[in-house]
Amino acid sequence: MPVFIPSSLAEATHLLSNNPSAHLLTGGTDLMVEVNFNHRHPETVISLRKVPEFQQWNVDNITGLVHIGSSVPYAMMEHGELAQALPALAEAARTVGSPQIRAAGSLGGNLGTCSPAGDSLPVLSALDAVIHLQSETASRSVAFADFMVGPKKTSRLPNEIISGVTIPLINGWQGYAKVGVRNAMVISIASVCLAIHDGNVRVALGSVGPTIIRGSESEAWINSVGLENVDLSVAKEFGERVRAESRPINDHRSTAEYRRHAVGVLATRLLLRGIQK
Amino acid sequence: MSELEHYTLTINGEERQVADAWIGESLLYVLRERLGLPGSKGACEQGECGSCTVYVDNAAVCSCLVMAATAVGTQIATVEGLNQDGTLTDVQQAFVSEGAVQCGFCTPGLVMAVHHLLDHNGTPNEQEIKEALSGNICRCTGYGRIFAAVDSVIAVRKRTAS
Repeated sequence: MPVFIPSSLAEATHLLSNNPSAHLLTGGTDLMVEVNFNHRHPETVISLRKVPEFQQWNVDNITGLVHIGSSVPYAMMEHGELAQALPALAEAARTVGSPQIRAAGSLGGNLGTCSPAGDSLPVLSALDAVIHLQSETASRSVAFADFMVGPKKTSRLPNEIISGVTIPLINGWQGYAKVGVRNAMVISIASVCLAIHDGNVRVALGSVGPTIIRGSESEAWINSVGLENVDLSVAKEFGERVRAESRPINDHRSTAEYRRHAVGVLATRLLLRGIQK
Repeated sequence: MSELEHYTLTINGEERQVADAWIGESLLYVLRERLGLPGSKGACEQGECGSCTVYVDNAAVCSCLVMAATAVGTQIATVEGLNQDGTLTDVQQAFVSEGAVQCGFCTPGLVMAVHHLLDHNGTPNEQEIKEALSGNICRCTGYGRIFAAVDSVIAVRKRTAS
């Protein structure tokens, strides 16, 4: 039951080719909970924390693209240049677990686990992020919508490692909101990311369906109404439409009915915030 | 590539051998059960309580969520390493003086979180203190005396600096 700690991307993909069942580990904040509680016994682990490519990030205002390596911790997204470029991602990062979790957790881990409650995922969806996958012999890039295919199910192939994400900068407001039972250390019951680009609204919903849901019909409706015509009643109808596009379930964290209600309220609230800016 | 069942960790500046370890062992387990460093406390084992807070390469993390075998080559600091001469740090002394310790189980993790906060931000406001300590759960004190201890450290450090 070995642990590998590759120090280059080539070494990491080679190790994965030779150990296709290995568990890929970044911060460990998801896997170790399952290991500590005897729910999972990984035979082989490839720790990605020393791969330099995965720790890099940059904001390129010329191309209008932000690149974030898969191991960059959430703590790096909460403040500074990344937070200025991607305020919704900063807001989402700040709601992840606790400072201790945010020092370890990363987008690579959130995407690898791909829980519908993953805090960064609605942001990646609303901002049309592209996920980069690298195998020993090939690399490819997948739109977020094609990456997350079900609850904790992704289109990543067994020999592929998530190397990072590219997020296009937008020219309008962006924000994120989340409902949980308390402020710190909470897994979301419902979450929404709303982004405005070229006057068009995009909205993505977390924890209210098997995957992150893009509210395409709500987007089409609000964009036909026009942002300049948004008032409280329009924002409320937008929330109703978002609510109708959610597909939540009852589970130990909440009821489907409460989730539907919460996701609609969050969408209304974010739209009102967005037009005030 | 490195295949690990025996490995070396650098803890409080000292190289420590870990032999015949199962790779699923958390850093918390290895510290407490293999290396005789029981200062970091194990309570929730899912990263919620912060009682096991240590620094890995200067980042404050939950040692229960660090796979110990993946921490090879990092600098690990535990509460035992804060003051190796056995005296109390100013944060520890303030916890005692302000009555911020009741059952004491959360204290090592909180002391590590407070030191980490003040190392990076010498003059945090109330909101920043609360956010920095939001990953450390105390079920005895209601936090009032813990915040008072943090305030007193800030005040004393400010006085000594000027």
